[in-house]
Amino acid sequence: MSTELLEATDQAKQIDIDRTAGNFSYPEQHTFDAGTGLSHATVDYISDVKNEPDWIREYRHKALDVFLSKPMPTHWASHDLENIIFQNIRYYLANGQKPTRSWEEVPDDVKKTFERLGIPEQERKFLAGVEAQFDSEAVYSNMKKALGDQGVIFVGSTEGLKEHPEIFRKWFGKVIPTGDNKFSALNSAVFSGGSFIYVPPGVKVKHPLQAYFRINAENFGQFERTLIIADEGSEVMYMEGCTAPKFETATLHSAVVELVAMKGAKLQYVTVQNWSANVFNLVTKRAIAHEEAEVKWIDCNIGSRLTMKYPGVVLKGRKARGEVISIALASDGQHQDTGAKMIHAADETTSNIVSKSISVGTGRATYRGLVHIPKHLKGCKNNTECDALLINSTSRTDTYPAITVRGTGNSSQHEASVSQISAEQIFYMQQRGLTEAQAMSLSVNGFVNDLVRQFPMEYSVELKRLIDLEMEGSVG
Amino acid sequence: MSLEIRNLHARIAANGTEILRGLDLTVEAGKVHAIMGPNGSGKSTLSKVLGGHPDYEVTEGEVLLDGVNVLGMEPDVRSRAGLFLAFQYPMEIPGVSNANFLRAALQARLPEGEELEATDYYARLYEKMDMLEMDRKFTARSVNDGFSGGEKKRNEILQMLMLEPKYAILDETDSGLDIDALKIVSSGVNAMRGPGRGFLVITHYQRLLDYIVPDVVHVLVGGRIEHTGGKELALELEAKGYDWIKDDIAQAVSA
Repeated sequence: MSTELLEATDQAKQIDIDRTAGNFSYPEQHTFDAGTGLSHATVDYISDVKNEPDWIREYRHKALDVFLSKPMPTHWASHDLENIIFQNIRYYLANGQKPTRSWEEVPDDVKKTFERLGIPEQERKFLAGVEAQFDSEAVYSNMKKALGDQGVIFVGSTEGLKEHPEIFRKWFGKVIPTGDNKFSALNSAVFSGGSFIYVPPGVKVKHPLQAYFRINAENFGQFERTLIIADEGSEVMYMEGCTAPKFETATLHSAVVELVAMKGAKLQYVTVQNWSANVFNLVTKRAIAHEEAEVKWIDCNIGSRLTMKYPGVVLKGRKARGEVISIALASDGQHQDTGAKMIHAADETTSNIVSKSISVGTGRATYRGLVHIPKHLKGCKNNTECDALLINSTSRTDTYPAITVRGTGNSSQHEASVSQISAEQIFYMQQRGLTEAQAMSLSVNGFVNDLVRQFPMEYSVELKRLIDLEMEGSVG
Repeated sequence: MSLEIRNLHARIAANGTEILRGLDLTVEAGKVHAIMGPNGSGKSTLSKVLGGHPDYEVTEGEVLLDGVNVLGMEPDVRSRAGLFLAFQYPMEIPGVSNANFLRAALQARLPEGEELEATDYYARLYEKMDMLEMDRKFTARSVNDGFSGGEKKRNEILQMLMLEPKYAILDETDSGLDIDALKIVSSGVNAMRGPGRGFLVITHYQRLLDYIVPDVVHVLVGGRIEHTGGKELALELEAKGYDWIKDDIAQAVSA
């Protein structure tokens, strides 16, 4: 799509999930640059620039040792991971250290980037707060004043650990320990940016808080770190969107997201991932749900070269509930390796996993699920549904469910299906006047329709549009 | 103005079996033609070939829609040109509501940049649904998904009423219908009869033709039209079966 055409398109609809909309970059102007490659000196550079307390510097150095000692998980995961050359990546690029609260003060190129992606507009329309990260640091962060007055904190990870250590330190790295996997260790060593959110007891944040992650630089790794704590009886919804321009070389995005839902809290985390097709997206996301708390991950993966992401919930308190709703679209050359983990650790906990994937062209979608209900628990329930749709004969899907349910009062129900859009169905729709591509789009949209309805309106409209675009290219 | 089928030969693309062997038939606008015939005579193949189904290959002949040969056209182009096919086995489209499906089909007929007017659309949709005694809840249900046989057939007629084709081919629309549903479906078809529109009603049984009274009845045997007559021919076939026509053919061949 040409630039003219792009700009002529209704800006209100240009959120962050049209692949072509994110494919532009501005010249780099970085004040802070940790250089290429990874070592203890890189870690010191980041810690120095951020002027961090000693405990976090030590935490980073230990994490780097863990990262270096762990092998790549290629005994079960894609060998494409071997194509990540860690010494060719730049680990920290930033213009400044503190995000502005005022949109006017955002540097011009960065402002233009986010304006093209529709960020300030969305904030005015339906968001309670926005954080926009450009490469390693947030350039803009703002929240409605009323929420601040109620004690809600919404800042970047650096500000969180410095200004609110009493809350931050208590939970940081507790949901996902450094050594959880190789990439959580990498993130723990070099993390920068991401959000720190605290919602005080009983506060219900009505409108979503949003973070927007943008990679602008080539050969770069983005390692944001997000920690959200919903205190007793509170409610909050967080949405994240991501894009990057399409460079020739591989880019790495490796985030760690930790969620804590205290007693009776409700926490929803929505992701619409639309990285360009050269990004390795290797993300660890996990939540702890205390008594009667509800955590829901809504996860949509459209972009990236390889995504490996399995959002999880540790159901720690009685009657806690965990849910993962996931949509993956794997097009030519893409591998969406996604899924969910539900660790039941208390009586009467329930979990629900619904995953739908669409593979187009040579795209590959993999579902990996882990459900664990130990013997000593009572009244636990899990429901898992995973459906795959294959568009072309070259498309691929695999399912690896691991469900361990022990004990007499516990149950799990698992359904999986693989389907194809039949030639008869397409003929039927064409006979009513729809072109082959329109017929494909409508069928695919129908396949994910029940899940798309759970997305915020602005996202579901864009999701539909993107499926239309993908299907246009898949026929003929 | 007519739908004219000339010397149509068609075979199954996968194995080359010839099904239609020189079929000639002209449906004039304003007329209702019925095609009857024994099982395996090529009735359903004819409807699919007219619609442009990829499973069949046309080896000879023409199909002229108001003088324009449609055989090289994609199925959707034929549809937008005014050809409608009511399927014997309508397909299910999970997750796509009837209202959205019909809306997309109507939208596909508008020039680029023009949007279907929603209020008018729903007013028309409800009017046609009332005519077919369909519940309003139906608009939100997925197309044919979990529908009974009768509901599916009613849905085909609703689509026809909304799309207002020039020529409609009804393939065994009566199968799977009880007598009440048959009456409703027939009244929907009869409401559309008029000088500008032609119908080709394919049926195995005469029963449907009590309600949709044809102007002309054809008998299809072995991929050709072997006999043509008035509406009374349907009654004769019902009473005598198809064997006498087969015998006639055999005699003609041996003579």
